[in-house]
Amino acid sequence: MTAPFFFWFFAAVVVFGAVGVVAMRQPVHSALFLLLSFFGVAALFITLNAEFLAAVQVLVYAGGIMVLFLFTIMLVNVKRTAGEPFLHRQAGAALVVTFLLLAVVGGTIVASSRKSGLENAGAAADPASLSTTTIVRDVTQNVDGKRVTTSVTEKVAGNSQAVAWGLYRDYLLPFEVASVFLLVAMIGAVVLGKRTMERVD
Amino acid sequence: MISVTHYVALSFLLFAIGVTGVLIRRNLLTVLMSIELILNAANLNLIAFSRQLGDLNGQLFTVFVITLAAGEAAIGLAIIISLYRLKGSVNLDDVSELKG
Repeated sequence: MTAPFFFWFFAAVVVFGAVGVVAMRQPVHSALFLLLSFFGVAALFITLNAEFLAAVQVLVYAGGIMVLFLFTIMLVNVKRTAGEPFLHRQAGAALVVTFLLLAVVGGTIVASSRKSGLENAGAAADPASLSTTTIVRDVTQNVDGKRVTTSVTEKVAGNSQAVAWGLYRDYLLPFEVASVFLLVAMIGAVVLGKRTMERVD
Repeated sequence: MISVTHYVALSFLLFAIGVTGVLIRRNLLTVLMSIELILNAANLNLIAFSRQLGDLNGQLFTVFVITLAAGEAAIGLAIIISLYRLKGSVNLDDVSELKG
């Protein structure tokens, strides 16, 4: 799929960042480790031929969500809880449960890859299918004073173009629903976040 | 040679770390960050299989998951801020009552 070095390097970055998020005492440190993890995931997206989503990952996660987190950390006074334990009482039991989860599902992944052969888990598809898409559009021309509409099939190249055609043609309704969802989320965040107004009599 | 299995295993490891964070941390902010890790693991899975199968639909779904994550972070952080105004704390243990 890709050069092994890039996978192992960025996988190490992602896991290091994720462990940092969970293990750091201060939320600010957790947020910065989360940023590292986001960048690692974006790099892995590039190794998987998803260039557009790598850019979206950096813009939305590392740009938008991270700024939200940092603002909230600054608004909320974390120093007050500095002396208290930062882990939950149930931390021991939770670690046992997640270790069991890791053992069972990880064991299943390893076992199934052994069975089918990790090396040939089915050859990956041609990456060109992720960066090209075929579109059919109608072209209206004037032929001898009459309007003639013919159907033209074109190939569009580029991952961004392919994602855009899929998003605006095949997933138009979910896209509009997502925009309504974002509007609702924005209004909800404003209503929740604003201070209660004093009543003016 | 890196196959889709490697990506699935990495994605699961990321998911497990996120679940651990949700379960063991007392700070609401860190719990929210761990949820972002879980969503990232799902995205990685979708894109790995999209690459394996040569199907663009995985990438399109990831766009919607990222949209969802953005909305979830905005609402979650707004709730945390209003909770902090109400209780003066962002600890999970301090918000165990239904009636404020």
